[in-house]
Amino acid sequence: MASSFDRIADIIAENSEVPRENILPDSHVINDLGIDSLDFLDIVFAIDKAFGIKVPVEAWTQEVNAGNAPAEQYFVMKNLAARIDELVAAKGG
Amino acid sequence: MRLEYFQMVDRVASLEGEAIVVESTIPDASPVFEGHFPGYPLMPGVLLVETMAQASGWLLLRLMDFARMPFLMGVKEAKFRSFVGPATPVTVHARRIHDGSGYAVTQARIEAGGKRICDAELTLRIMDFPAPELAAAMRGRGKELGLA
Repeated sequence: MASSFDRIADIIAENSEVPRENILPDSHVINDLGIDSLDFLDIVFAIDKAFGIKVPVEAWTQEVNAGNAPAEQYFVMKNLAARIDELVAAKGG
Repeated sequence: MRLEYFQMVDRVASLEGEAIVVESTIPDASPVFEGHFPGYPLMPGVLLVETMAQASGWLLLRLMDFARMPFLMGVKEAKFRSFVGPATPVTVHARRIHDGSGYAVTQARIEAGGKRICDAELTLRIMDFPAPELAAAMRGRGKELGLA
């Protein structure tokens, strides 16, 4: 099976106007790829469905806004893939 | 329905699990029909979408016990299969198909006389109420509908 990074990158390419080849491990989903909030929710919905999880976007955003976590921890592609893997593992997947 | 006030839901027929059925009657007269269309009044598709969104919204409000507010943010796969005109009773079905973090996705459809009028997949952003007046108004109307 494709890596989580590849699956997420495919989802982003399908749900936005970002070319697949532009999505790299160090890409910041918002700052580098320019994903807006509406497209991002479509992407999260697709990730939720594909991985059978509930990506806690609200909690992540609150942590970032409160200064308790750097945005890169959640929104840089390689880290996002790691967070998704953690959610899948926590779910017993 | 009171089209000019965007009040699209008359009553709740049933609420079971993650699904709601509401009933409404398209008014027999409205300025909307003067323009859409002269001599051939039809309920506009955008108002049918709004009707499905409101049914979805009431469902989500109930499921969240009116703690937060759903706002329509996405419409996918909307299909308008049949015309519907003034003075027509309609039934609106909405079901939550995904409960996300800060958003929900519903599937909704409108029927009239057992015939499907339209359907769509709707995405609603879930936010804290931006104004206490809005929270009070939604809860007040929710009580009238038997939801709050």
